[in-house]
Amino acid sequence: MNTLNTTVTSEADQSGQAAIPVQPERPSETIIEEGKTVGLPFSDDPKFKLRNVEVFYGEDRAIKDISLDIARNQVIAFIGPSGCGKSTFLRCLNRMNDSINTCRVRGQLMIDDYDIYDPRRDVVELRARVGMVFQKPNPFPKTIYDNVAYGPRIHGLANRKSDLDEIVENSLRKAGLWDEVKDRLDTMATGMSGGQQQRLCIARAIAVSPEVVLMDEPCSALDPIATARIEELIAELSESYTIVIVTHSMQQAARVSHRTAYFHLGHLVEVNETNKVFTSPEHQLTESYITGRFG
Amino acid sequence: MTDKATQAEIVRQSLKRRYRKERRFRAYGMAAIAIALGALVILFADIIGKGYTGFIKTTITLEVELDGKMMYLDDATDDRQLRMADFMAPLIQSLVKTIPEATMEDREAVQELINPYASIALRDALKANPEWLGTTRTMTFLTHSNVEVYVKHSDDDAYSIQLTERQQNWVDQLLASGVVDTAFNDVFFTSGDSRDPAQAGILGAVVGSLLTMIITLVLSFPIGVAAAIYLEEFAPQNKLTDFIEVNINNLAAVPSIIFGLLGLAVFINLFGMPRSVPLVGGLVLTLMTLPTIIISSRAAIKSVPPSIREAAEGIGASKMQVVLHHVLPLAMPGMLTGSIIGMAQALGETAPLLLIGMVAFIVDVPEGFLDSATVLPVQVFLWTGSPELAFIERASAAIMVLLAFLIGMNALAIWLRKRLERQW
Repeated sequence: MNTLNTTVTSEADQSGQAAIPVQPERPSETIIEEGKTVGLPFSDDPKFKLRNVEVFYGEDRAIKDISLDIARNQVIAFIGPSGCGKSTFLRCLNRMNDSINTCRVRGQLMIDDYDIYDPRRDVVELRARVGMVFQKPNPFPKTIYDNVAYGPRIHGLANRKSDLDEIVENSLRKAGLWDEVKDRLDTMATGMSGGQQQRLCIARAIAVSPEVVLMDEPCSALDPIATARIEELIAELSESYTIVIVTHSMQQAARVSHRTAYFHLGHLVEVNETNKVFTSPEHQLTESYITGRFG
Repeated sequence: MTDKATQAEIVRQSLKRRYRKERRFRAYGMAAIAIALGALVILFADIIGKGYTGFIKTTITLEVELDGKMMYLDDATDDRQLRMADFMAPLIQSLVKTIPEATMEDREAVQELINPYASIALRDALKANPEWLGTTRTMTFLTHSNVEVYVKHSDDDAYSIQLTERQQNWVDQLLASGVVDTAFNDVFFTSGDSRDPAQAGILGAVVGSLLTMIITLVLSFPIGVAAAIYLEEFAPQNKLTDFIEVNINNLAAVPSIIFGLLGLAVFINLFGMPRSVPLVGGLVLTLMTLPTIIISSRAAIKSVPPSIREAAEGIGASKMQVVLHHVLPLAMPGMLTGSIIGMAQALGETAPLLLIGMVAFIVDVPEGFLDSATVLPVQVFLWTGSPELAFIERASAAIMVLLAFLIGMNALAIWLRKRLERQW
């Protein structure tokens, strides 16, 4: 009796839905053509050349045949709804996915002429070239000085204390933190505010003079003022570094990036100049996302 | 409107029920803690009540006339004469003089008041000071343990008094005149085991425990931490590591006496190591402590936030650098706490040590890892099995010393954790 009832109701629901004339939700799979990205995914002077990249978590295909160039000394923003694979894709760029046992990466990923997933290459060398800033500020529970000096120390970039001091000061200056912390370099980094901690993490990342800085939602744990400071910082850093930023905030993407890539369910749907993506998106899904229809 | 009122009513009633539940739950919790605390208080009260007298010794102070003739000794530097001489005679003579009612006829009854080892103490004193021969000296000796029991427990039915009415009268008089007196029992802390309760001390057992613990710590901490780091950070996830993990967890629950059997079979019978020595005891306790240390160290490593790991990896630290520079320092408080708790367990362990012969009667304080020794809990076990009444309080006193060590170690664990724990 019960079963019958439920069946009846659900049928009624369906028929009711069909009766109301709403815009039918287009199943996204049908309008995404796998491996095809609209806009301008390629660049004349690429820092990263990524071709036919696929990422699997076990049997699950998280990234589906993405090809993309990331231009030198530009800021590219990855946007898209949660779970669309933008962070996964970002983490392929410095092999942070290596520590996940079930994760496999296929395709060709090149930074300059260096094959990122070449098994003969040491991941340490790659990460010295490609720094990363994480979603949650994660300073080491050490002093401010030691946090910034850690990278140069393990890579042997400074032989003398004075060299190291210089690297630490320069990195903190570039991260816009020097004036705030120069008198307390030997205090614990964990005692700083969230925004300061995140800028410290940026200073730590650039202390090893990387060519690329990857940022995985760097402002999601920060208040608007701290966010504004990080955004200014990204603009300054883009003069000398290639920056890839994952963000959930479309305003942020619009403010800081030169190019924007829109991801959807593991597909790279659209890549273009940022102002073009936000003013005249070519793809239906991009338009729906940036106008706030889903996401 | 009415709908809303009834809904509020329903919520209010359910709130009442929820609060009642909460109050009941709190009451259960407090009752549980009260029971636990009560048991602890009873345990401590019993042990301290029985054992505090173990820290008191009874002494007898005598004017001893060191007459060479009476002792058959005319040269106190001659070892042979010292060995043959009668050192009990001057003590008895002096005691007979001190007790008004006693005559030389009662010499046997009088001798029963003095500790049997007093003559040896006198001989050692004379050997050290040969010029004392022929003089009269005021010297303090231990009483016989029967006198000690009478002085401390004459009004306690649990103790049967082994002295005759006459001897009891004498002791009462001597107590009144201050010849027999009580003092802090330094002998208990400065000597090894003895058949005579008044002479028995825990120094041998404490040193034995210390030597055994040193072996255990030196072996189990590095091995345990290394195993934990390998399993947690480097080992591939497969059937073999799963199997190892299950086995380690199982080992933690294996009865400790099994480890004793293993030690007997492997270390003593197979490798031919000596019996009753701290080295073998330490090895056996290492086997027993390892699972505890491995499990707690793995938990400590697991609790290091992944963000710290990612930060280090993201900057280009190698696996080894991530572990040594970041994971290990952050996991260290947990590892140390686990190790100290494991060590405290090992310190209180008796069963496996019985099987490897650390239960022997050993008078000498051990001087090295290969000297025969016993440990504190085994000493307690030995004394509780002794027929002499005075050993009861010695055993309780030894338990108190053992508990003090355990409390000290656990306090150290808490202090280290507070001290090394960092915020992130």
